Amino acid sequence: MPKDHGIGASTKRREDVRFLTGVGNYTDDINIHGQAYVHFLRSDVAHGRITNLDTAAAAAMPGVVRIFTGADFEGVGGLPCGWEVTDKHGQPMKEPAHPVLAQGKVRHVGDPIAAIVADTLEQARNAAEAIEVDIEELPAVVDMKAALADGATLVHDDLSDNLCYDWGFVEENKAAVDAAIANSAHVTTLELVNNRLVANPMEPRVAVGDYARGTGDSTLYTTSQNPHVIRLLMGAFVLGIPEHKLRVVAPDVGGGFGTKIFHYAEEAFCTFAAKAINRAVKWTSSRSEAFMSDCHGRDHVTKIELGLDADNNFTALRCLTYANMGAYLSTFAPSVPTWLHGTLLAGNYKTPLVYTNVKAVFTNTVPVDAYRGAGRPEATYQLERVIDKAAREVGADPVELRRQNFITEFPYQTPVAVVYDTGDYHATMDKMLELIDRDGFAARRSASEAKGKLRGLGINCFIEACGIAPSNLVGQLGARAGLYESATVRVNATGGLVVMTGSHSHGQGHETAFPQVISEMIGIPEEQVEIVHGDTANTPMGMGTYGSRSIAVGGSAMVRATEKIINKTKKIAAHLMEASEADIELKDGQFTVSGTDKSVAWGDVCLAAYVPHNYPLEDIEPGLEETAFYDPSNFTYPAGAYACEVEVDPETGHVKIEKFVSADDFGNVINPMIVEGQVHGGIAQGIGQALLENCVYDDNGQLLSASYMDYTMPRADDLPHMDSYSVDHSCQTPCTHNPLGVKGCGEAGAIGSPPTVINAILDALQSGGHKVDHIDMPATPARVWAAINQAS
Amino acid sequence: MTKVTMTVNGKSVSGDVAGNRLLVEFLREDLRMTGTHVGCDTSQCGACVVHVNGEAVKSCTMFAAEADGADVATIEGQAAADGTLNTIQQAFQDYHGLQCGFCTPGMVMSAAALLKDNPKPTEAEVRDYLEGNICRCTGYHNIVRAIMAASGQDVPAVAAE
Repeated sequence: MPKDHGIGASTKRREDVRFLTGVGNYTDDINIHGQAYVHFLRSDVAHGRITNLDTAAAAAMPGVVRIFTGADFEGVGGLPCGWEVTDKHGQPMKEPAHPVLAQGKVRHVGDPIAAIVADTLEQARNAAEAIEVDIEELPAVVDMKAALADGATLVHDDLSDNLCYDWGFVEENKAAVDAAIANSAHVTTLELVNNRLVANPMEPRVAVGDYARGTGDSTLYTTSQNPHVIRLLMGAFVLGIPEHKLRVVAPDVGGGFGTKIFHYAEEAFCTFAAKAINRAVKWTSSRSEAFMSDCHGRDHVTKIELGLDADNNFTALRCLTYANMGAYLSTFAPSVPTWLHGTLLAGNYKTPLVYTNVKAVFTNTVPVDAYRGAGRPEATYQLERVIDKAAREVGADPVELRRQNFITEFPYQTPVAVVYDTGDYHATMDKMLELIDRDGFAARRSASEAKGKLRGLGINCFIEACGIAPSNLVGQLGARAGLYESATVRVNATGGLVVMTGSHSHGQGHETAFPQVISEMIGIPEEQVEIVHGDTANTPMGMGTYGSRSIAVGGSAMVRATEKIINKTKKIAAHLMEASEADIELKDGQFTVSGTDKSVAWGDVCLAAYVPHNYPLEDIEPGLEETAFYDPSNFTYPAGAYACEVEVDPETGHVKIEKFVSADDFGNVINPMIVEGQVHGGIAQGIGQALLENCVYDDNGQLLSASYMDYTMPRADDLPHMDSYSVDHSCQTPCTHNPLGVKGCGEAGAIGSPPTVINAILDALQSGGHKVDHIDMPATPARVWAAINQAS
Repeated sequence: MTKVTMTVNGKSVSGDVAGNRLLVEFLREDLRMTGTHVGCDTSQCGACVVHVNGEAVKSCTMFAAEADGADVATIEGQAAADGTLNTIQQAFQDYHGLQCGFCTPGMVMSAAALLKDNPKPTEAEVRDYLEGNICRCTGYHNIVRAIMAASGQDVPAVAAE
């Protein structure tokens, strides 16, 4: 029987009720009495010098309260970067200023030039039309390799070139990798693009700044995955507001996928302007605005080489990646192509030597930062694509080639710094092969061929590093923040609990899943546990939700705090039952004395803590409230094996996914329903990247894919049907270093699916005699058709 | 400004609106009924779907003045007065058909319109009908299951795969 509560139960989500009845509280639902509205005048050119900016006529327009320009922010800090990468020569990355409003130059389409604050949004928009702005256009730097050429136009005039950093990892291994590649019996080489994507949470970003003149307190309501991080960055580095005078609230957040991690100019602006005009200021992004102001994701151009010996053992891996940073360094941008990417290049394999060189490049495009998976999808894609190509070149079975190179003993020290604590890659491979029914593939292929279609089977194995992250380790790697998580557990006098956590939910169902853990530990109903998150005023300092870290790091903090609570309640129970603390057991909400029939209920002990008439006051304080900060000792390493069958129409290039299966190892699972939902969503985004989505700039830096008419979001009929889709998480090797044994599940689908789909398409084309080694994502019908026709 | 009067979830409401006031703005800004959401500006995403005289309408694509005299139904009016979820809403919870919840109002209203016209849709018909509703969280899998289940058809239980 499946469990009906606690860890492992598919408890229905309590937050659903408010979302299903229209009474959620998203940031745009917040309206403050007397609020003004801001509209940003944004650059419509990719690169240029502002030669004239005259706001006088606009300022006289009806309803305009005040117009702000870059001049208003002189002396105010720019948007900070939270991660410093050191290049292969030991030099720090280049870190150009990122002003809140453009100062002197605009560097991408969408760069904000002026902010018009008015009584109504319409008035603000109308006034923007009356601003006189002259921009001397400069050549746009769009292509990364062109950006690094001698004489390229500089995105930032004060930098010597457009190279942010030139990173080598592991630099000391470079010579050995070069030698091993040179001496390999076979070397497979592949050049590929990891296409630029836009995260596109359905809720556009919103910021509402408020200022209380009486107390001098500022409040920012914002669409954020990590309100404490925003408070620290904005307060300390941009606006100079001490944290005790600044509250950041992220209420219900309508999806994030990474793009709501970062500190954005609009947040700082609304907070700044509210104080300047002594009135709340609200900004709601339109979708068009989101495309040109939300950070984008991926955008890597890579060459990868895999060496194999005569027995098909991997000997070495060498990679060169150009990583687009866009026009400015977003909050965590430098970490994505480096420490979240280079450290994953061992994958599931025993490759003894790995070297990667990453050149991060400034261009006149929207900043690029973490998007679901962040670095790990890019690592997985190049690795699993080159392995598939190698299998074809050496005539090996793609399953067996992977299997023979699998890591099988744990803990495993990779050549790229990280140590995998646990895993069983054969188990997920076995499960995947069972689900996809590989033995039946030949018959299905024949059936497709009988219809004039080509059928392909693609597989992919992957590993991620989640539960981000050990603070001392990431500190050595350049992070300017710790990456612990926090929880305060407050037990009320009548036995109910409130957990105040630094983790935040933007769709993951923390309000449901976190209480399942507490319920399991104490034995009280889940309904007696409430989760408070998303508000710096009533949660301890925490780092927020990204990198599949909430249950692994935030959940662990909650467990630690709850353990402190349980220890204290056992002391109280021992006192009440006149027994030794060592003999007290807690089960199903009852304290008992082992070997006796004495018992006292959870609620009675909690009441005693707050009404301490009969209480060991000489030994312990009244009350029941404990806080824990949990800093993990290692990353977690979820792993999986995915398979996809596609049918390709050689006449049109159209690709249809006929079957898709995933076998994930997430360690222990708290709520299987929620976990499967996370995988479904990740796979949809991965299939979207593989087949549909592409963020495109033209040579002048104009963003061509700036609406849902141009940027193809996956629709319901783009994805596999129920009877051809299976997600599995039954292979479980629990994490060895966190108290729940959990690994994190938020990103797996987006990491695991793109190479699976592309490998399947190439398998289909090869089966038709089309010698196509690679198709860049998205594999649109045009690209597939062109590949077929060029190959023949 | 034009005075408009309409019935929203069975209650008569009125307001003075500019000619370019969108129905969704009237609902969200003037009536402060924030259950209906805006996820795009090109009428693609469907987060703003409401029913106008029984038909599913993207309320970002209709002027408030056009709804003068109309019978409008929104997500806020779908559950019973005592808070009991209707069949579709309950199926969305039971089958985990929502995550962040932002597209959900439009999904539920679109699903209701579909099932009114087609009480037993096939899976392909459900997927085809959702062409105008974008969800970024769920991959649609559980939304489709929820709608099939709400129509009384057998669907594999959630988390039983």
